[in-house]
Amino acid sequence: MTMMKKLLTSAVASALMVGGAQAEISDNTVKIGYLADMSGTYRDLAGPNGLAALNMAIKDFGGKVNGAKIEVVSADDRNSPDTSSSTVRRWVENDKVDLVAGMVASSVSIAVSKILEEHDRLGIISGSAASSITNEHCTPNHIHYVYDTYPLANGTASAVVKEGGKTWYMLTADYAFGHALEGDVTRVVEANGGEVIGAVRHPFPTQDFSSFILQAQASGADVVGLANAGADTTNAITTASEFGVTQSGQTLAALLLFLTDVHALGAETAQGIQLTTGWYWDMNDETREWSDRFMEETGVRPTMVHAGIYSSTMQYLNAVAATGSDDAQTVRQQMMDTPINDMFAKNGKIRVDGRMVHDMYLAEVKTPEESKNEWDLYKILRTIPAEESYRPLSESKCKLVK
Amino acid sequence: MSMIFGVPLAVLSGQLLIGIINGAFYALLSLGLAVIFGLLKIINFAHGAMYMLGAMVTVLMFDALGVNYWVALFLAPLVVGAFGVLIEYFLLRRIAGQDHIYSLLLTFGAALIIQGVLVNIFGVSGLRYTMPDMFKGGVNLGFMFLPYYRAWVIVAALVVCFGTWFVIEKTKLGSYLRAGTEDSQLMQGFGINVPLLISLTYGFGVALAAFAGVLAAPIYSVTPVMGSSILIVVFAVVVIGGMGSIGGAIITGILMGVIEGLTKTFYPPASSAVIFLVMVLVLMFRPSGLFGKEA
Repeated sequence: MTMMKKLLTSAVASALMVGGAQAEISDNTVKIGYLADMSGTYRDLAGPNGLAALNMAIKDFGGKVNGAKIEVVSADDRNSPDTSSSTVRRWVENDKVDLVAGMVASSVSIAVSKILEEHDRLGIISGSAASSITNEHCTPNHIHYVYDTYPLANGTASAVVKEGGKTWYMLTADYAFGHALEGDVTRVVEANGGEVIGAVRHPFPTQDFSSFILQAQASGADVVGLANAGADTTNAITTASEFGVTQSGQTLAALLLFLTDVHALGAETAQGIQLTTGWYWDMNDETREWSDRFMEETGVRPTMVHAGIYSSTMQYLNAVAATGSDDAQTVRQQMMDTPINDMFAKNGKIRVDGRMVHDMYLAEVKTPEESKNEWDLYKILRTIPAEESYRPLSESKCKLVK
Repeated sequence: MSMIFGVPLAVLSGQLLIGIINGAFYALLSLGLAVIFGLLKIINFAHGAMYMLGAMVTVLMFDALGVNYWVALFLAPLVVGAFGVLIEYFLLRRIAGQDHIYSLLLTFGAALIIQGVLVNIFGVSGLRYTMPDMFKGGVNLGFMFLPYYRAWVIVAALVVCFGTWFVIEKTKLGSYLRAGTEDSQLMQGFGINVPLLISLTYGFGVALAAFAGVLAAPIYSVTPVMGSSILIVVFAVVVIGGMGSIGGAIITGILMGVIEGLTKTFYPPASSAVIFLVMVLVLMFRPSGLFGKEA
């Protein structure tokens, strides 16, 4: 009898322990590592203000999850896959980081996601653009949250081709992101009956675009497509306006522009440029309310990446709370099962390849007359429904899609 | 249309002209470096930061005080030059006579601090600066559209470059300078205030960089990080020209602008590397540089 009792108790105890191991927050701490360009060319679109957004989410969540404390560490990725890899390796191997958030340069995100897969931790990528991150580079350990090159091309390129811009000349940043964007644009342009007649791959970063703009002018293409980002794009737009690209009848299509870029260019220079964005601060009361709080915190209006970092951190903490676990696969599954409805997205859904699909928006930069203040920069022309925006799973090369 | 290596002649002429314009920038920047190295033997890694300061000061003076472009063209180099004099007086003077590596590290550190502080205040997206109205538009040369402003850049840069070369190589002031750095004790004995001369020379070299910064403000995005990428290129130009050779820096600057421009036409991905390739070749076959005196 005692024997039986002993056996039963130990069985129950071990069952409890096993169950406990599955639904447990390791070290009673949820540790989030924020990795982003904190000082280089991509600083303003995520950077220190992205860290502020992350901390806002933790504060709004209550500072603790199921009684476990939430810790944040951060590092500068220096736009270098090597530096970032060693940082993240240290984070997961020594510092017990559960989630890596932020992540901007696509090359950085691709390198980091490999390490996360190796160590089975989770990454939520908010800043990167390359659609290959959830295509050929997909892993079961990361989620790509805000936008990617597929909807950028879909939104902007198809709108420009429909307005008569049939022949394109591409200025492409010569690394993973630029190549991905150029590929996606080419596909959309051709699908809409247009043609890409030439492309030049410029080093990243480039300050002087005059030589490339001259080549684009000589090509005689209807549209000059900019498959680059940050200072490269603003420099290219400034030079294009100096060399009279639009006056000579060519259209300028910037495929990736952040609010901070447009703000730097100003409505005067940037007016009329069409762009695709995943979010804009002045869309409705909910977005305005959050943006006001963000502005109090940081002094600037948020980009779509800032909003995405807040939203995804909230989703992550909710998933940890619901499952009582910080295990990467448990949390990712829970996040996939929960539709996203907040100020960032309505009915957003995380797919098996890690892509968060949600509505995107085609916007146009306001004229100086329309713009009421320095951050009043976009008018939303069209909502691009989620299912039209992102690469369908049927075209996916991701190993997780069967 | 006639073609050269598959590129229409018209396009090529345009690229050559663009190369000369960019080369004028390189010339102006490498000239300042060459002056500072040639006369003071200081390897000034803060040169890119001073170029950036020139552009930033131009924008900030316009935003805060409404100072226009023409005034900025004189005032910004003056302000930044004065800042350079302070750096020389309070920092560089203390390590005078030490190995070159000390001045390199000191100026490199100073540049990082200046850049970091400004990034924290202004971010990296860039400040807006509108081009003066008289420079808006351009002229169609047949083979390309030349914005008026770029034409102005060539003229301004070449005038300043030639003026500097003339003062240092051909005037009495220049000979004092060269003698003062050659044998400062002897010059002191002649009653010349050599420490002041050195401060002013450093300030002048820095002011040249700031002048290039003012020229850049209307056409490039003005950010605290704009100097860091151009610095290395400019150093390569100085090495190719021959460390410290004033005329060499000017000619090499323009030459490298043209070579880079042609690379941007024929094989763009190599355009950021081509100058360094030339540098390697020059170091292999003519270690003292194209215009350097044999050591």
